[in-house]
Amino acid sequence: MGLNKPTLLAVMLTGCALLTGGHPVFADEEADQDRAARWKQLQESLFPHRQVLDSGGIITVDAPPRALDAALVPVELHMTGKTAVKGVYLVIDDNPAPMAAHFVFGPTADPRDLKLRVRVNAYTNIHAIAETQDGQLHAATQFVKAAGGCSAPAGPDDTAALADMGRMKLRLMGDFNAGKPMQAQLMIRHPNFNGMQMNQVTRYFTPARFIRTIDATYDGAQVFHLDADISLSTDPVITFGFVPRAKGQMKVVAQDSNNATFAHSFDVPGTPPG
Amino acid sequence: MSVNRSLSRRDVLLGACACCIPKLTRAATPPPSQTLATDEVASGIYFRRGVDEDATPANDGAIANIGFIVGRDAVAVMDPGGSLVDGQRLRATIRKATSVPIRYVVMSHVHPDHIFGAGAFTEDKPEFVGHALLPNALAQRGEYYRLHLDQILGTGRSGPLITPTMLVKEQDQIDLGGRVLQITAHGNAHTDCDLSVLDRQTGTLLLSDLLFVRRVPSLDGSLKGWLAELTKLKSLGARRAVPGHGPTGVEWPSASRDLERYLDTLQRETRQAIAKGVDIGQAAKTVALSERGKWALFDDYNGHNVTRAYKELEWD
Repeated sequence: MGLNKPTLLAVMLTGCALLTGGHPVFADEEADQDRAARWKQLQESLFPHRQVLDSGGIITVDAPPRALDAALVPVELHMTGKTAVKGVYLVIDDNPAPMAAHFVFGPTADPRDLKLRVRVNAYTNIHAIAETQDGQLHAATQFVKAAGGCSAPAGPDDTAALADMGRMKLRLMGDFNAGKPMQAQLMIRHPNFNGMQMNQVTRYFTPARFIRTIDATYDGAQVFHLDADISLSTDPVITFGFVPRAKGQMKVVAQDSNNATFAHSFDVPGTPPG
Repeated sequence: MSVNRSLSRRDVLLGACACCIPKLTRAATPPPSQTLATDEVASGIYFRRGVDEDATPANDGAIANIGFIVGRDAVAVMDPGGSLVDGQRLRATIRKATSVPIRYVVMSHVHPDHIFGAGAFTEDKPEFVGHALLPNALAQRGEYYRLHLDQILGTGRSGPLITPTMLVKEQDQIDLGGRVLQITAHGNAHTDCDLSVLDRQTGTLLLSDLLFVRRVPSLDGSLKGWLAELTKLKSLGARRAVPGHGPTGVEWPSASRDLERYLDTLQRETRQAIAKGVDIGQAAKTVALSERGKWALFDDYNGHNVTRAYKELEWD
């Protein structure tokens, strides 16, 4: 049997047009040295003239070794917090646009834990690269088996997806204590068309339209700035850390590749339920 | 995109693998003229039980329940099968049973285990009946399914992609001569393009993958939508149903109990996970585990179902 079962399941349930030319099924047979060569090539193009060091315990990346849904692969980045981190890059080596996300942390951030959901197009290494305050790059790696996530349809109905675009939710995770770091989950309705999904009716590819930047500020001070690309999943969900005060406002501004801006302010801690 | 990946090596790899698989498998495969063992689930309705496996070279993709309904003037097929050879065997089975012409081939939804046998029926020039959204789904996924199925079964063995010629938007009827079948296009449920067929004459509902029995359901549409469609289907007054997977004939509506319990559990526990702030990856490992052991292939599909459910419910 030329195809292992989980891959077939992903294909069955995610469904997608084969648009990249390469065939993801046999990508796991790619020798480790090819992956290493690709990573080297990526380092040179993404971080020219800079050295990418090993993780050095500064950062870890966590993703399911075998993705359940290639169009929605949950990725967690953890930083120890011992070394001050300026920002973090997420690189999905074998995606058509490997640089998936670049977070730059602001003064009200707690940069220790980040979660996001990405599309994965082929069996690939995922690299998380922390940039320390002194400008050093430290990379952690996780290999993920997933295929077809980039061209998976965003949803059954493109029109409905666009109609609800820009709706946002912010959920505080765990207990709220003024001055103590906590996690918040930001959800944004956006089809995040990456230009690889075929429009069902016209059989043309739906033009790319995806979230390019997200700025989160808390009472005017930056929590994070995110530069994103076509690899974020439909309806992006980002979980991040910040340090709340007794009362404040989280403002989120997202801009997409059509220069549409979506802004929303949330009271933090917000009104208690009931 | 700043870095180009070499495609040629992969293409070579693909070519190499595609040509060695058939050598391993073809010798053991029975001919397309072989007939299928079917059950007569109601008068004039014959179904073959699919095996509770995923497609392999050994099973020729014959994993779904497929069959046909015989009328005075016409035969309707539902579904045509999981591969070209599966469809050919279904056709051979029909031709042995009756000389009434095959006028309709109902394609219940986009999944390959149900519709890749359609190519076996082109010589009958039937109407290929599909949900109004089936062409869309086929445009998005069909070629991808075909390539992957070819890799499992051997090049060319999946079957051609057949586009439906008769689209059903809400409801329609086909007349087999003294036997009128009511065809319903459902809202987003198992997939976004599910059809069901009601044979009023025998009170039999052909549900394809709107009903799973024993084999774990797979969610590729809407959890809430599926539960809503099941509620409607239960009120139609049908007494028997044919599921897409599982025994060929079951009592209706009681046979929906297990499926509804699974979907309810999936919905309830996914909502609980969302409320508690359990993230999507963790939820996939913990939700609906009480259902494990009650379904074939549970571990292969449940995590994916949870992911789909979570994505749907987290916006409520």
